[in-house]
Amino acid sequence: MLQRLFLCGLLILGLTVSPVLAQQPSVILATTTSTQDTGLLDVLIPAFEKASGFEVKTIAIGTGAALAMGERGDADVLLVHAPSSEAAYMAKGRGLSRALVMHNSFIVVGPASDSAHVKGAATAQDAFASIARTQAPFISRGDDSGTNVKELALWKAAGVSPAGNWYIKTGSGMADTLHVASQKSAYTLTDDGTYLSQRATLALVPLVEDAKDLRNIYHVIVVKPLAGHVSDQPGGEAFAKFVTSEAGQGIIAGYGRERFGRPLFVPDAGKGP
Amino acid sequence: MIGIATLSVAISIVATLVAALVAVPGAVWIVHGRSRLRGALLALFTAGLGLPPVAVGLAVAFTFWRSGPLGAIDLLYTPFAMALAQTIIVVPLVGTLAVVALRAADTTLPMQLTGLGITGRRRFALLMREVSPGLAAALLAGFGRAIAEVGAAQMTGGNIEGQTRVLTTATMLAVGRGAFDQAFSYVAILLGIMLVAAGVAMTLQRRWA
Repeated sequence: MLQRLFLCGLLILGLTVSPVLAQQPSVILATTTSTQDTGLLDVLIPAFEKASGFEVKTIAIGTGAALAMGERGDADVLLVHAPSSEAAYMAKGRGLSRALVMHNSFIVVGPASDSAHVKGAATAQDAFASIARTQAPFISRGDDSGTNVKELALWKAAGVSPAGNWYIKTGSGMADTLHVASQKSAYTLTDDGTYLSQRATLALVPLVEDAKDLRNIYHVIVVKPLAGHVSDQPGGEAFAKFVTSEAGQGIIAGYGRERFGRPLFVPDAGKGP
Repeated sequence: MIGIATLSVAISIVATLVAALVAVPGAVWIVHGRSRLRGALLALFTAGLGLPPVAVGLAVAFTFWRSGPLGAIDLLYTPFAMALAQTIIVVPLVGTLAVVALRAADTTLPMQLTGLGITGRRRFALLMREVSPGLAAALLAGFGRAIAEVGAAQMTGGNIEGQTRVLTTATMLAVGRGAFDQAFSYVAILLGIMLVAAGVAMTLQRRWA
């Protein structure tokens, strides 16, 4: 009797699996938290699904984690923003193609009191140097994301190896990190899209903007499938084609105008590597 | 919002019921069986109470990654993977509580039933009836644990809109986006669902008692 019930449980488990087994594999897009937290994907993905008939599963993590997923063959297409890490990824032969999609800008934000006097610094590098000098609290993503990679490059350029009580790593997404910075009256580096989308709930002001070392560039990478693994290369390719197409670029150019009064991203497809 | 709530409830109910189908017979076997392995299963249930959901989530996610051992069946980021992780998390809880309920019941009942010549399915049904209030509590606790799960749900489901986004992961995302009003409404729905579930469990207990 008991055994029969036990087997019955297993059988039900099996039956739940079977319909799922029959379905087509869907396209897995691994991307950064900034594209999800800004809400861009909420308009871009449905438009792609409608235009192509592919079904997309979006996994929003950091750029580092997204590239790792691509390397393991756990994703079909990547939308990421750490050009140096991406180049290393392509050099390993794990990408079929890589194309420029869009950019926005990083900005340095912090409390209005600005104890480190970074407001109006000509470059982010200068701003970082004075934050380190005054040991004003700085919040780092600390998660290998595109923003984190950019931040570490800026510290390096400023000749600082950040460590100590003033340097705090959250290990969280961009929006979460902004909220931590806001609560702790600390500085942080953010993409302007996420900042704009969160501004209403933050006690942070932009301090360094439009500096030449603060450009945030997004690329789309089609993952090279690994032999013997499930993959959806056509779906990945279709997505890459869509986001760089006129339709996809038009959505990117328009996104944010309604909610934030200005676009959050600048479409760049075809403007270079 | 309704879709997210419905998916949360559906996954949690499936996980709780499948867990019960495994855990309750297991509990009956532990209390009334004769095999020496009973102690091992009880130890497994008890130890499982402390099983960290993130560990279960990671194990299930790892198994179903395309690069993982079962990657070929492409089940990661589906409600199935989420239900599987929740089932594993809930089994020890339902099992342990069912053991407690069975032990608190009249321990001579199985012998009486055997003496009366009642066996098989009928005997099992009568045993279950005897401990039904305790079982209802066990199921409620299991459902509560399943629907409250965040870490495993995020890892195995991926929080995909319209597919695997449930109330807990939607709340995390809303907080991440700074949409606190939305986060609060998700949490309110979650609390409402638990209140309804508690009401159902109490009604069942009263009717069965």
